[in-house]
Parts: sequence; C-alpha cells; structure tokens
Amino acid sequence: MFLASAKKLRSFGIIGMNQRNSGLISRYNPRHLYPLVDDKLKTKMLAQKAGITVPKLLGTVQYQHDVKLLKEILDPHAQFVIKPVKGSGGKGILVITEHDHNLYFKPSGDAIRLADIERHVSNILSGLYSLGGKPDKVMIESLIQLDPVFSDYSYEGIPDLRIIVLCGYPIMAMLRLTTHASDGKANLHQGAVGVGIDIGTGNALHAVQYGEPVLHHPDTRKTFAELVIPHWDKLLQLAAACYEMTGLGYLGADIVLDRDQGPMIIELNARPGLSIQVANSAGLAPRVAIIEALKAIDPDPQSRAAFSKQQFATNAGIHPPRLLRTRSRDPKP
Amino acid sequence: MSAKLRLYILVVLIMGLGIGLILYKHFALGFPLSPDDKKSVWTIEARIDFIARGDPVIVSFALPPQTPNVVFMEEDFASPGYGFSELTSPTGRRAQWSKRTASGAQTAYYRLSMYETDQFVQSQTAANLPAEPEKPEFDGVLKTAAITLLDQVRSKSANTEIFTRELIKTLNSDTPDQNQRLLLNDQSSEDYKTDLIINLLALEGISAHIVRGLYLNEGRRRQSLANFVEVYIGGQWLLFNQNSGESGKPENFLIWQRGDQSLLDVIGGKNSKISFSILKSTQSTRNLAVRDSISKQAGLIDFSIYSLPIEQQNAFKMILLLPIGALIVVIMRLLVGIRTSGTFMPILIALALIQTTLLTGIIIFLTVVGTGLLIRSYLSRLNLLFVARISAVIIVVIAIMASISIISNKLGLDQAMTVTFFPMIILSWTIERMSVLWEEDGPREVFIQGGGSLLTAVIAYLFMTNRTIEYLTFNFPELMLVNLALILILGQYTGYRLSELYRFHALERRNVSGKR
Repeated sequence: MFLASAKKLRSFGIIGMNQRNSGLISRYNPRHLYPLVDDKLKTKMLAQKAGITVPKLLGTVQYQHDVKLLKEILDPHAQFVIKPVKGSGGKGILVITEHDHNLYFKPSGDAIRLADIERHVSNILSGLYSLGGKPDKVMIESLIQLDPVFSDYSYEGIPDLRIIVLCGYPIMAMLRLTTHASDGKANLHQGAVGVGIDIGTGNALHAVQYGEPVLHHPDTRKTFAELVIPHWDKLLQLAAACYEMTGLGYLGADIVLDRDQGPMIIELNARPGLSIQVANSAGLAPRVAIIEALKAIDPDPQSRAAFSKQQFATNAGIHPPRLLRTRSRDPKP
Repeated sequence: MSAKLRLYILVVLIMGLGIGLILYKHFALGFPLSPDDKKSVWTIEARIDFIARGDPVIVSFALPPQTPNVVFMEEDFASPGYGFSELTSPTGRRAQWSKRTASGAQTAYYRLSMYETDQFVQSQTAANLPAEPEKPEFDGVLKTAAITLLDQVRSKSANTEIFTRELIKTLNSDTPDQNQRLLLNDQSSEDYKTDLIINLLALEGISAHIVRGLYLNEGRRRQSLANFVEVYIGGQWLLFNQNSGESGKPENFLIWQRGDQSLLDVIGGKNSKISFSILKSTQSTRNLAVRDSISKQAGLIDFSIYSLPIEQQNAFKMILLLPIGALIVVIMRLLVGIRTSGTFMPILIALALIQTTLLTGIIIFLTVVGTGLLIRSYLSRLNLLFVARISAVIIVVIAIMASISIISNKLGLDQAMTVTFFPMIILSWTIERMSVLWEEDGPREVFIQGGGSLLTAVIAYLFMTNRTIEYLTFNFPELMLVNLALILILGQYTGYRLSELYRFHALERRNVSGKR
C-alpha cells in the first residue's frame, strides 16, 4: 500500500498541509510579524534583547561593492558561517571550518578560494536565496561547535533541534541529524535523519530518513535508542520564550547545542513543516487541541515548558487519545 | 463561525447568480449548451406572378405575423422598378408594391429566412372575446341539411373542442351521407370547405376564422398555403386542421395569415397567382441566438463580449479559458498536492501549448528548457552576477527558438514555426524560474516542480482545448462566477492532499503495529 487511508491519518491526528495553512499559520501568525523571523538579523537582535544566546555575529555585507571588504572581515577568523539574512530552509548557507592562506575548507574537506566565497556572497546579495528573489544582506556568524553528545550521531555538520511552539507551549520536537546524503545539511528533504524527541524527557523516540523508519545513523551506525538530549529543560524554556519574543502563535524554533555556550537559537520559522509528525510518528492535532482548550496562556515561559513537559510526555496518558481527537476536529471560528 | 458562514453565503450568491444567468441565456435567449446544437433555418420564397394591363399597379400581399417562437432572420422584397412599402395594420402586416404603369408579365418576390425556437414562451394570454358571429344565411334545403348535421354532431360531443373536431371529421368522412353531400355541393375546393366550416360553427354560435399557413418541407417548390380553421374555445384560439380535425399547430408549419383578409390583391393586373418554394439549411444554434439577441438588443448580450470587434472576441476566447486553468491548478495543488513552480506558470504553459499544439509544444518545451539549463550551468561557471546570468540565459534561449524555427522551416516542418511571441516569453520565463530553482534547491527540485508544472499544464491544456469547455466559457462567461465559487469552496478544504496520503503512509503502518 502506497497510500494511507485519510480516515486513519485523521484518527492519528496527522495535520495536512491545507489544515496547517488555514488552521495554524493563518490563525496564529499575523502576517506583519513575519519579517521578524524571515529576517535573521532582526531575529538575532530580538533574541539578544530577550537575553537568549545566539551565534556571534562576525560581520554583515549589505552592498555589492562591499564584497571587496570580505577578506578583511574573514581574515581574523578560522571558522565561520556565511548566511543570507532572508534565506529559508537552510539555502545559501556556506560553512567554512578551516582557513589556510587563500584556501577555505568546507566541512566535507573541499577547498574553495576567496573568489568563490565572494561570488557566493554576491549571489546572496542579488537575492538568489531570499524569499521572492528580493535583494538580500549577508551575515557572517561564528561557527557552532559540535556538542560531544552528538558526535556519534552526525556527519560533517551540526544537528539542530526543531521545536514546534504553539501559543508559547512547546508541543513537538525533532532532532535533525546531518548525514552524508544530506551533504552536511540538516534538511530532511536532502536526506537528513529526523529523530522524534519525547517532550517529557528529551529521549529519542523514532527516527526517519526519506520518510522511512531507521534504527541507527546511516553513516556512523550508532543506534538512536541511547540518544538523550542534554539541557532538555533549558531547551524547552528557550523555545517557549520565543513566543513572547516574536508574538507568533505557531512557530518552529531551530536550536543548536554549542559545546562551549550551550543551547542557542539559530533561526525561527513562521511556517514550520509537517515532517516532524513523521519523525515523531504522531500527529500534531491532539496536542494542538490541548493547547487550544486552555483558558489562558501562562505568561511565564518556564511554567509553560513545565506544562508541556508533563502534558506531552510520551507515556503521560493523562488524556485518553480518543477525547483529544474529537476535540481537535471541532470547527473553530 | 461567522467568517465561514459569510463565505458560504457569498459562495451561494455567486454560484446562484452564475447559474441563474446561464439558465436565463439558455432558456430565454435560446443559447444552446452544446457547440454542436444545430437548427433548421427555412428560407421561404413567395413568387407573385400576374399580367399587368398597362394601368397603375398596386400589389398588396399579406406577410406572416411575428410570433414569439418563430424568429425572422431576414426578409427581402424584390421586384424591379416597383416602389415598395411595408404596412402594418391591426389585421397583420402587408407588403405593397406599386408602379405608375406596367404591362405584360410581372413578378414580385418576397423572401423570408426564419427558424423556430424551442425557447420557453409564456402561454398565450387569454384572447379577447370576439364578437358574437353573425348567423349566416343558408338557402332552404341547405339550412335544413346544416341544422340536421349540427344536431347529429352535437349529440356526439361534450364540448366545443370535440364538437369542432366531430364536425370536421363528419364533413370529411369517406362515406358522406346526403346532408354532407348537399352541403359540400361538389365544389370541394379548400376555400369553400373552410367557409362552410366557419359558417356551420357560426350557426352554432361559435367564433371561428380562417388561418392560412405553409408546411415547411425541404426542397419543395410551387407550394401553396394550406387552410386551417382557428376556433375560439375557452378564452383561446385553437387551430384545427380542416381535413382531419386534428387540433394544435402541426410541426414545421408557418402560420402566414389569420382572418379572412385576402392573401393577395392585385390592382391593375390579372391572372395573378402565388407560389411558394422552400429551402432548408442548418445553422449553429449559437450563431442564431447571438444574432437574434443582438437584434433584439437584449441587455445581457448588448453589453457582452459579442459587442466587441471579432478580433478582440478572439482574444477573449483565450482569456476566458484562464479561469479553467486556474481551477485545475487549485485542484492539482490543494487536492492532489502536486508541486508546481509558481501558481500561474502551469496556466501560461498551457496557453503556450494551445498555440503550438500539444506534442510539438512539449518537445519544444523540453528541448528549449533543457538547453537553457545547460547553458545556465556553463554561465554559472563564468562568475557572473545573478541578474546578468539570467538575462544571458534568456537571450540564448531566444536564439535557440529562432534557430528551431528556421531549421524546421528549412526541413519543411511548419509546425515548430508556431513558436511565436507569446510562447517565447513564457518559455524564457520558465527557464528563468527553473534556473533560480536549480541554484536554490538543486536539480531534484527542478525535476519535481518542472514535471509538476508540465503535468498540470498538460491537464489544463486538455481541459482548455475541449470544444465544449471552450464553447461554454466563451458563450457563457457567467461560468466564471461558478468557477469562482468552486475555487472559494476549495479554499476551505483542510483535509489531506493525495500526496500526503503517500507522505504519511509509513506513519500509518507504524501506528497500527505500535498499537496492537
């Protein structure tokens, strides 16, 4: 069978693209707030103001003729990441892990020259990776150091943690592990492994690659059963705090663990995808229903994180799933 | 809830308006719903011959009345050297030819093109009660015969309609008794019989008058008018065939004249005679309806696309197909979940395909887009700025298309020549988008979105070139409203897309096995 029955999917509470667009994104995310998350520089400023750790900004390039200054910006740093400010889905991100005279090395070991970096930067500036092709800016950030916890679970890249936050409550989490197939990028479409994470404990639940279940990392052969994410409470609180920061009711927070600086927010997403349901082998709808049933949103991110932790732990079993399913399908204005 | 309710009310209103207009045009204005709907158009030529005596000549000829379910397309009057006027009187229209002096054989023509509509006509308003008919004078014997006959018929009938039918049947019976023979009096000409029936009915106090009409049979020449009797029954005039007693207007029968005015009067001439010839032709109902509506100045048509010059009408034919394409794209994206690059690119590709025909179009599309992408990959190594690179691709693409046209022309394939201005722009734009996509998301995404766009475009093409759909969108632009309502409803769909059933299929398996 290549097609699932719509009835069964509905009974698992799987949310589809159409429902996500109308029931979550357009209901909880006012359009005028999008620039806050589509512009990574703005997100960074916001996060810093809210006291949330972000990767250090090494420099920005705004105009085509400033590309010449790139050498000056890059020279003092051995490792850095070049990002389009308005890019989406990890497009246009260039990671340099080693710098030797004129040669710059990518995580894969490929060497490129300064001219290649300059071309990449001018491509970004002319809007190649921005939404709608609008002219863009370039930001250069410090490289995140791989936390040793993940060293067995990632290949040539930094895994990131995607937490879906609804009205300030973290409702589902997924760890995205880079693989050889994904070219060191944490992008599920390109072959990264998605690992569903138990909101209650930070333990790995299921893992999928290309939509099919996997039991161990395809490159390192390490089994996921022992994977536990450290600083779990801190991560949940960080994600929960993004609600106050942006005002977006439905967002995906992308968090990385830095070896030296701990959890950092690298990006926020106002239109998080639905693959997280596959990785968790669970639907979003019942969890959305629990949050929507709340009378008031707790103003304190810490207590919200605690609430989620208790509600959405995999073996919580407080609410019979049947009840939740029915609620989630209630038509709402 | 209120937003949803408002949307549904809006949808119902738009849908109702659209369907209502379509039904109005179909039933009231006679627009057919199928492009193949044909109608018989009858061309009737009346030829009037007479010998003029050298005096002033006036020819007066009764013209058929305009009735709601017969449309006169064209009327021509011809007679060399005669003055002509058309007179309208309460008893009907008449044509009048006149000349100061004429001698010898003269001919006048009247030609009429008409067709019967099957559009809905309100039942005739009750006719005014005619004056009580004058009791005709019958001579002694005839009077007795008439009274006996009427008594006999009356005893067999329950109402006026049956009475009339019985009377006509009795007069026409194959074995006439003495009374009937006496009344018919050997002079069994049609006109005499008509007079007799009317007189007999008058004796009974029933109003009746003569109706002359023409049976429309294809390719007939030298036809004459048939006499019918119209009888006032229950507030309405009912037509009776005086030879069979059947009531109602027969099919393919044109009522030419009502009442006992003469059909033809010739002053200053003799030996006048009239003959009819009939020709049938078939024409598309839609053309007839448009023509009729324009001549009637029906508001809906007067302010419609038909009032535009033909050239612009043709442009609209294309533009009105766009909503169909949009509907297909909405269905493909929201229900099926096919990824296309851009919302409207598939529609535009479909439009380009319409101009190039399907197979040629797809081949040209794949060749040009493929070559364009190859060139793009070369240009990207030349370290150019993005905008310059894309522009360079477009120039190269236009060169490719020009050479395709020239080469195919030299090879004698004129099909590829149809890569005209419009498809060229669409192709260049496609390549631009695909190039951007290639750089942003890699070749895989180009194949997914490019293939999705092409598939959607082909499906849209198949719908947009469907004869019936093309016909309906152009002749019933109101369909756009129905289309709009459908798209508004589809915009409400929050269920799964077909592609998601595949995307999540592994999930279903796991959940089932996990639970049991």
